[in-house]
Amino acid sequence: MRIALFVTCLADTLFPEAAKATVRLLERLGHEVVFPDGQTCCGQMHVNTGYQAQAVPLVRRHVRTFDPFDVIVAPSGSCVGSVRHQHAVVARRAGDVRLASRAESVAGRTFELSELLVDVLGVTDVGAFFPHRVTYHPTCHSLRMHGVADRPVRLLREVRGLDLVELPAADQCCGFGGTFAVKNADTSTAMLADKLRHVVSTGAEVCTAGDASCLMHIGGGLSRSGSAVRTVHLAEILASTEHDTVADERGEQVVRS
Amino acid sequence: MTRAFLGMPTTAPRGVGHLRGEQTFPAAARQALADPQLRRNLGHATATIRAKSAGVIAEVPDWEQLRAAGSAIKADVLARLPELLEQLEDRVSAAGGVVHWAADANEANAIVVDLVRATGNDRVIKVKSMVTQEIGLNEALEAAGIAPVETDLAELIVQLGEDRPSHILVPAIHRNRAEIREIFLRAMPGVDPGLTDEPAVLAAAARRFLRQTFLSTPVAVSGANFAVAETGTLAVVESEGNGRMCLTLPRTLITVMGVEKVVPTWRDLEVFLQLLPRASTGERMNPYTSMWTGVSPGDGPQEFHLVLLDNGRSAVLADEVGRQALHCIRCSACLNVCPVYERTGGHAYGSVYPGPIGAVLSPQLTGVADNASLPYASSLCGACYDACPVKINIPELLVHLRDQAPHPRGESAAMAAAAYAMDHPALYAAAQRATRLSRLTGRRGRGLPPPLSGWTASRDLPEPPAQTFRQWWASR
Repeated sequence: MRIALFVTCLADTLFPEAAKATVRLLERLGHEVVFPDGQTCCGQMHVNTGYQAQAVPLVRRHVRTFDPFDVIVAPSGSCVGSVRHQHAVVARRAGDVRLASRAESVAGRTFELSELLVDVLGVTDVGAFFPHRVTYHPTCHSLRMHGVADRPVRLLREVRGLDLVELPAADQCCGFGGTFAVKNADTSTAMLADKLRHVVSTGAEVCTAGDASCLMHIGGGLSRSGSAVRTVHLAEILASTEHDTVADERGEQVVRS
Repeated sequence: MTRAFLGMPTTAPRGVGHLRGEQTFPAAARQALADPQLRRNLGHATATIRAKSAGVIAEVPDWEQLRAAGSAIKADVLARLPELLEQLEDRVSAAGGVVHWAADANEANAIVVDLVRATGNDRVIKVKSMVTQEIGLNEALEAAGIAPVETDLAELIVQLGEDRPSHILVPAIHRNRAEIREIFLRAMPGVDPGLTDEPAVLAAAARRFLRQTFLSTPVAVSGANFAVAETGTLAVVESEGNGRMCLTLPRTLITVMGVEKVVPTWRDLEVFLQLLPRASTGERMNPYTSMWTGVSPGDGPQEFHLVLLDNGRSAVLADEVGRQALHCIRCSACLNVCPVYERTGGHAYGSVYPGPIGAVLSPQLTGVADNASLPYASSLCGACYDACPVKINIPELLVHLRDQAPHPRGESAAMAAAAYAMDHPALYAAAQRATRLSRLTGRRGRGLPPPLSGWTASRDLPEPPAQTFRQWWASR
């Protein structure tokens, strides 16, 4: 299958390993990945912060960039949520009915990574090997906006060597919320403190999730608190193989925090 | 009497009632977060109600259909509100009640004060009601020399403590029993000085005080959960029986209700009386459901007044997206599942309507500029939308209201610059490469200026990678 990668601005800029892992994983499964030129950001930050008019050109750019592709994937529940639930609304409010209808069409072909794997490609065992103790944080938008439900967990259960431990109060928000983390830093920090406590209580070496944004938040808190727990995007775990571990033993870094 | 309406609907007036806080949400939240006892109380209380509610909701096989029906009935009500309100007025009048129309808090307070004065009494008993808190009725009564006595236990604790409610359903959720004992000893007339902080002892003290008050006060003020247009029936649901006392014992009953509380038919109560207790207290059915239609000679209050309040609701109705906030049946399920409310408590929201519903209702009733920080008091996690028994899409509403909020100038400039760069890929790629320069600032972002220091006060920034994804892709 030919799959267009919607990399997301955050993964592109700060967490390229998650995006590279998405490419490696899909190629290993026998698919062709293309990276459409001209993609930048879906505009979610603008919409969620109260700047819908400024998001219109970004929605237009996103729709123009991805309209030619039948299947689009992003390593992010949140950015897929924006494409599905915000793009058409923003276009319609700006009076551009045609853009709204094209946005709806693109949204119907856009999938979060675990949805693509389980629902579209029909796999749960992706042939991964990751010999670590891992806990999974279901990010709010993947959990509630489009109900990825247990798909990520089904994928993780098939990873060889992986010891999956349940995260207490997993469905509680980590407190990121985009600009919420800055505008309401104290409340966000209080939410994060509880999430960190729960993550550490699992005894896991790795906390994983389907969104680089929430992982940046949780990882930033873990790092500040001096915890040894690393954050690793779901795509990086699913892309890991025995080969990587051999490389690891030779001293190369496989998993970045 | 109906009133001709001319001009655009107005928002709730300033200087009266409790819809506006003195501080922004982040500032008020900071104080609440510094109180570890408050956080423990709230965490425990909300977790308990959440679990109880989830249990009884799981028993209902058609919960989702009930939610859809509740939402549809409310949408229908809002689509033909004037017609239903006039029908309600006709039926209530035909049953011997008197209907008053109040455009705002000032008018409603004046109507109630005049009605109480006309009875010649200087004290009223009150059923717990959000709307009378919204309009500051107690203060208006006190200013007129009339003593309002709250008869709901938690509301009484708040009143005696000269405090503010912090939860729609459990207004004293922020108080523990030791504090309640102190409040009773200080402010409850005739209290036993040997009072302990045993819950049963505290409840008995309140009961003794209230029983006396019920039997000696001939005027009551209530809110309403529902008003049935086709029959003119008012309904109040409650748990303690104090409402039943207020609604049946006095000679005069004055009910204040927001105009959105009307439902078209008796049959519609079937839906809401299933939704409300399960979503609210986590009960299959609330202990007391009181319904009355006008007056019945020789039975219950012989004088009944219904005050229909707008106070900004028409302005909310005028907003196609925003009007769904008027679906709210005040169950407080959204408060109990909200990770922000759980940590800050209700006072941080300033308004009597706290939590997620308050963050979308208060700014609409007052105009967004008067509550500009509330739409941002959410991480948009969506738990409130899932919990709402009438399917108010609160995250959608928050985003909608943020778009109307006044923005800080520096933020507007940064957002405009970001949007411009993101629409010009070459510029965007250059900006991405510039993030690598931030490595030079070192220390994972510590030492950044405000507002970015809001992040780095408690969280490290990621180390920018040596290569962006698109650089890696181009080099493949």
